Amino acid sequence: MDEIQRKLQQNSKATREDHLGRTICYICIGLIIALVTCILYFIASKGIATFTKDHVNVWQFLTTSNWEPTSMDSKGRPMVGALPMIVTSFSVTLLAALVATPFAIGVAIFMTEISAKRGAKLLQPVIELLVGIPSVVYGFIGLSLIVPFIRHIFGGTGFGILSGTLVLFVMVLPTITSLTVDSLKAVPMHYRQASLALGATRWQTIYKVILRSATPGILTAIIFGMARAFGEALAVQMVIGNAILMPKNLVSPASTLTSKLTTDIGNTVMGTLPNDALWSLALILLLMSLFFNMLVRFIGKRGNIKNAS
Amino acid sequence: MKKKNIISAILLFGAFIAVLTGCSNNSKSSSSSSDSSASGKITAVGSTALQPLVEKAASNFQKDNSKISITVQGGGSGTGLSQVQDGSVALGNSDIFAESKDGIDAKKLVDHKVAVVGMAPVVNKETGVKNLTMDQLKKIFTGKITNWKDVGGKDQEITVVNRAEGSGTRATFEDAVLGGDKAVKSQEQDSNGTVQKIVESTPGAISYLAFSYINDKVQAVSINDVKPTDTNVETNDWPIWSYEHMYTKGEAKDATAKFLKYMDSSAVQKGLVGKMGYISIHDMKVQKDAKGTVSNK
Repeated sequence: MDEIQRKLQQNSKATREDHLGRTICYICIGLIIALVTCILYFIASKGIATFTKDHVNVWQFLTTSNWEPTSMDSKGRPMVGALPMIVTSFSVTLLAALVATPFAIGVAIFMTEISAKRGAKLLQPVIELLVGIPSVVYGFIGLSLIVPFIRHIFGGTGFGILSGTLVLFVMVLPTITSLTVDSLKAVPMHYRQASLALGATRWQTIYKVILRSATPGILTAIIFGMARAFGEALAVQMVIGNAILMPKNLVSPASTLTSKLTTDIGNTVMGTLPNDALWSLALILLLMSLFFNMLVRFIGKRGNIKNAS
Repeated sequence: MKKKNIISAILLFGAFIAVLTGCSNNSKSSSSSSDSSASGKITAVGSTALQPLVEKAASNFQKDNSKISITVQGGGSGTGLSQVQDGSVALGNSDIFAESKDGIDAKKLVDHKVAVVGMAPVVNKETGVKNLTMDQLKKIFTGKITNWKDVGGKDQEITVVNRAEGSGTRATFEDAVLGGDKAVKSQEQDSNGTVQKIVESTPGAISYLAFSYINDKVQAVSINDVKPTDTNVETNDWPIWSYEHMYTKGEAKDATAKFLKYMDSSAVQKGLVGKMGYISIHDMKVQKDAKGTVSNK
């Protein structure tokens, strides 16, 4: 009797397995949350040190353009003005997205609406291949082909925002394309059917129905592409020229936040101002990627409301 | 029920972390104890300019000392100095004196000079310039001369390619050439290889390279008619050179001391050092201190 009672009251094997599985899940989730918190805390505490420990004015950091963390100005304040790098980072990001988007949408429409079969067979592997190429290879191609090409056409050294844009264009193209394809595929088939039934041509259907209803998805794709461009370091570093100057035009050497970080981090000593200043640049990068993520979520929410109504 | 699960998960997670940190503590103590025996692990971190020499020397050294394992990593002189100061690595490789780096307490560190590197200005071959005076060179790098025709070359704008701020190569060059003045803001590159490629392909470009990276695709420039050669460096007739340092925290012990002794032995200094494009520390007829003062040996 006791035996049966015990058996009935204790957890069954399935329940125990369930508990075990759940515990493993919680541990994994906990670990990842802890990891993200640690990274955020580490970068934030290091990045803020420039302003708290070394007494650099935040506003001055963001709006002046003289970056020489090893020396002081006439008033004895360190010269850390990150504006040229911020401007350059945003310029290459926006320009790369601007150039890549029409191509990405064109390819995506071809792959979903016009020739799904050939698209899947030919373009899909090409795009996946572009994703797989390491960024140092892109940078090397940029340095060997794009920089001399730009120099040949525009003069100067060939290093600058334009070269950076062209390299990034190829790098963000697959991201934007594949996400746009997903969002076009997500447009319900009955939209297309209804549009065609009303007598719309294929072009009208694509332009007025499909692209319109996929707009939030496409915007998300563009922002993901921009986030990738903003964070790319190595390839950009090789073609941008790494001069901490306010970019005067698209073919003068400039420097992005990421390229400055990769160039200098090994030459600074932990805990000193030049090192802290670089962490502040990293903090800007982190905040920007956070901003891009929030933007994606915001657009996603808006898009959902639209679809529901 | 659900709440209980979450609590147990948190507890488990806490235990997990405790185990993890426990592990890392254990491994730390075991590694430091193994450092003190002659069979041990040595980690050398820092200067990328010195890295190839140390790597090669380490692999030769390990052939005779199979019980000692040596890991050589790059990361830059700043990283090397700060990590050896923290005690996280045994050897910190650096292109510059610890005294000249902010945030490093040079008194705690012991300097071991293992080689000398000469550097020379290089220009694009099309500029038509083979010799500059020290004053012209300074004016080019401070942005006062901006066209090659002013120094006897073609009518071509000068493109200055500098090295990353805080890098050892740049510090050496600026100490020898600029004499305290500030370099013009310009392109910065962080490796010899990239600089070589850029100078080779950009019309009007000038930069500077370690001797081992100078080839016939770029034009090495003489200063005041002195050619950049190893013999001129040894007598300080060629002024742009620096030591390659390997720093230890306190006096080197056991395995580390053995390896440093090997680095100073004639097997390395007479063979490997020259083969890899450095100049042997034994051949130098002069010496330089941390302030840059040169005296006869």
